[in-house]
Amino acid sequence: MRRDVFQAIADPTRREIINLIAYKSLNLNAIADNFDVSRPAISQHIKILTECGLITIKKQGRERYCEARLQQLNEVSNWIEQYRQSWEKQFNKLDDLLEGLKAKEKKSTKKK
Amino acid sequence: MEHKNKTKVIAEPGKQELFIIREFDAPRELVFKAFTDADLIVQWLGPCDMTMRIESHEMRNGGWWRYFHKTKDGMEFGFHGCIHDITAPSRIIRTFEFEGLPESGHVVLETAHFEELPKQRTKFTIQSVFQSVADRDGMVQSGMEGGVVDSHNKMDELFEKLLATKSK
Repeated sequence: MRRDVFQAIADPTRREIINLIAYKSLNLNAIADNFDVSRPAISQHIKILTECGLITIKKQGRERYCEARLQQLNEVSNWIEQYRQSWEKQFNKLDDLLEGLKAKEKKSTKKK
Repeated sequence: MEHKNKTKVIAEPGKQELFIIREFDAPRELVFKAFTDADLIVQWLGPCDMTMRIESHEMRNGGWWRYFHKTKDGMEFGFHGCIHDITAPSRIIRTFEFEGLPESGHVVLETAHFEELPKQRTKFTIQSVFQSVADRDGMVQSGMEGGVVDSHNKMDELFEKLLATKSK
């Protein structure tokens, strides 16, 4: 199974978990209380998020708190931005081509 | 030349589709032509450090298209598909597959709309629907330029694995 940021955020429950702990770290029980989903299912989601680097688990006394590491999400926006730029380059070339074609058309209508 | 119009990419997390949206300062008929005329396509489509070759380009319903992009080192990457529907000058629906993936059959359904805007301008929107979220994300992650090289590297890895298991 893929363990990358894209895969992590593909699931709506995992997106919700990230939203929950974005501003405040919570322990597993506190997170699970927010969902109808079973505790083991939430554990599994947290495991995936941890493996993808979006969550780190910090111990405070006997408690284990899930802390968000949102810098990883930049990876997603970076990829999309790279992809977008790749198309931008091609469309810029197309812009230039279209200007050339428009100019040609103007010339040929003037001659008539 | 300064480029005022910006390309927009929409790739919502967890979805199998992506949208590319771009406006052009040219009439729709001209933009449509630039997407469907072989002599024009080779002048703009594809990664900038690659040259494009058109092997097949049947711009009609049921037509077959196959393009190649070649790196400076001579490595060629093929793309092909079928034209499902061409309705000039407003819509093109086609399938798309990249031949460089380790596994064949990862097909994308692309629907492109060309919309007339005031002052002789055009809005181009393409919706690409993938077979899975993973396919879509793979495409976005690899982009266009990096993608073909990445795919080549992935193929190398795959061959290494296959060779390693064979020699055991």
